[in-house]
Amino acid sequence: MSAREEGGLHAPAHASHSSAGHGHPAEHTPVFTGDNRKKLDEILSRYPSKMAALLPALWIAQDEQGWVSEGAMAEIAGLLELTPAYVKGVVTFYTMYHQHPVGRHFIQVCTTSPCGVCGAEDVAKAFLKHTGCGELGVTSPDGKYTVIEVECLGACGFATPIMINDDFIESVTPERVPEILGTLK
Amino acid sequence: MGYPHKSHPRETPILSKHFGDPDARTLSGWRQRGGYRALEQALGTSPADIVNVVKESGLRGRGGAGFPTGMKWSFMKPGDGKPHYLCCNADESEPGTFKDREIMRWTPHALIEGCAIGAHAIGAETAYIYIRGEFTEPIRVMEEAVRDAYRDGILGKNAMGSGKRVDVHVHRGAGAYICGEETALMNSLEGRRGNPRIKPPFPAVAGLFGQPTTINNVETLTAVPHILTNGAAWYKAMSLSSPKSTGSKLFSVCGNIRKPGNYEITMGFPFKEFLYDLCGGPLPGRKFKAIIPGGSSVPIQTVEEAEATLMDYEGFVAQGTMLGSGGVIVFDDSQCMVKQIARLARFYAHESCAQCTQCREGTAWTTRILERIEHGEGTMEDLDTLLEIGDNMTGKTICVLSDSCATPVASGIKKWRNEFEAHIKQKRCPMRTAVAA
Repeated sequence: MSAREEGGLHAPAHASHSSAGHGHPAEHTPVFTGDNRKKLDEILSRYPSKMAALLPALWIAQDEQGWVSEGAMAEIAGLLELTPAYVKGVVTFYTMYHQHPVGRHFIQVCTTSPCGVCGAEDVAKAFLKHTGCGELGVTSPDGKYTVIEVECLGACGFATPIMINDDFIESVTPERVPEILGTLK
Repeated sequence: MGYPHKSHPRETPILSKHFGDPDARTLSGWRQRGGYRALEQALGTSPADIVNVVKESGLRGRGGAGFPTGMKWSFMKPGDGKPHYLCCNADESEPGTFKDREIMRWTPHALIEGCAIGAHAIGAETAYIYIRGEFTEPIRVMEEAVRDAYRDGILGKNAMGSGKRVDVHVHRGAGAYICGEETALMNSLEGRRGNPRIKPPFPAVAGLFGQPTTINNVETLTAVPHILTNGAAWYKAMSLSSPKSTGSKLFSVCGNIRKPGNYEITMGFPFKEFLYDLCGGPLPGRKFKAIIPGGSSVPIQTVEEAEATLMDYEGFVAQGTMLGSGGVIVFDDSQCMVKQIARLARFYAHESCAQCTQCREGTAWTTRILERIEHGEGTMEDLDTLLEIGDNMTGKTICVLSDSCATPVASGIKKWRNEFEAHIKQKRCPMRTAVAA
């Protein structure tokens, strides 16, 4: 671990980070209290370094908040003895951590080649149409849905697989889209 | 059993025997099917003896590279006073591949058993199973199975009463194809960006947390208990062609084919019979046009090449490609090869970790040119440029993601050059117009 990571440069857990375009920094409600803290402590016991708990900690924050806010990054940095900048560097590497709030139902449609040749692009279009999102990556006006294309979900024999939050649905066709959306609240 | 379809009579269901059987997921169900007997036996056997059995069996890595597993394990020096680690690569992200997903979903204890035996064999007390973040169901199933294995004393400080410590932990990734590269996986597990590391040092010298580490694919580790139970000779005898390729192998089949899914066959099975007999052949009224047999990173085969192939490490090489991860992607005559190759390149451009210039720039540039040609805006010089970029992307970077992008492009231009030229000359996709008309 570098001197910078070990040094006294960490922001306190409640540090406010004003980020460009967001106006006033939002007040951060700590994520790692109660059960989440216990969960993190158990995870820390699995590794010889605190830093190894970073991805799991980010998952806990995202499960709690629906995305990973700068406040959560700073809180995690404090707990794992890292800098907020380091944590943000890791967050931005991985596609599954949301750096901004997303729709309550985050819909990922696999359109990589094996699904692409089975009509995945039409599935993505059907979701855009029936959710009212209109465009990939844009949240619907009611805040309910965000639809994105995702690279290979690893279920190529069940084209087209999609994910809605943590739920995986196989063999989706454009015709099934209204029925699938109907099951969501 | 079998999943999503019943095993075909010509399959060799060993790893996939219990796919589709929910009872095999539970610890009691797994024990009833003979589970954990191999681990019990292994914990009473010296690591060196286990490594020798695996060496003799001829088992080779099922993740893509095909490196002999026993030899890999023998690189771990016993008694060096350092903590050793086992990583199980469950970051299955290679387009076309979905076999490890089914192993974890249906037979989680088989993988835990393989990990525990592997850990013991390389002198490690801890194994981490790194599962890609999108695999929510396999993660849930694996975590529950690990909890049950701890509760039952199979894992922990006194594994199966042997006095030896074996810990197995599930670690969730967060969306990055590159983390299937072994050193990127280690960086990711350590809480870093998933950039591949420069080698040497190799993982057996300085891997996870800087300590000696072995990394094996899910399917590789799952085969190990069967080898210990039935013996190296039994495994070695499962081979229909080359003695260098032994055992059974899971192939994932997808794309334009009647019966997509996972199939487990004996190494050396004829690819033609596999495609037409087991997988049902092309969709009604269609013909096969191109086949990628080992995940999207291997050279694309023509139908003639595929039909002449024997399915093992040497057999695929003899027909100009590689076995890779065993992810078979089938394209039929309704597909435009320029569009398909452009889509593959886009995948690699999206997944490049951007560490090496050749890859960061090369994958994006390649994609832009291919999409330009697809839309009828390409020139003949573009084809030369693509091959030239490909040359500069091959063998020049820290990992092989860059090569993996260049490979299908080069084989695609070589084998379907007429389609590329037609796009350029007619200034449109000839197939798209044909469909529209």
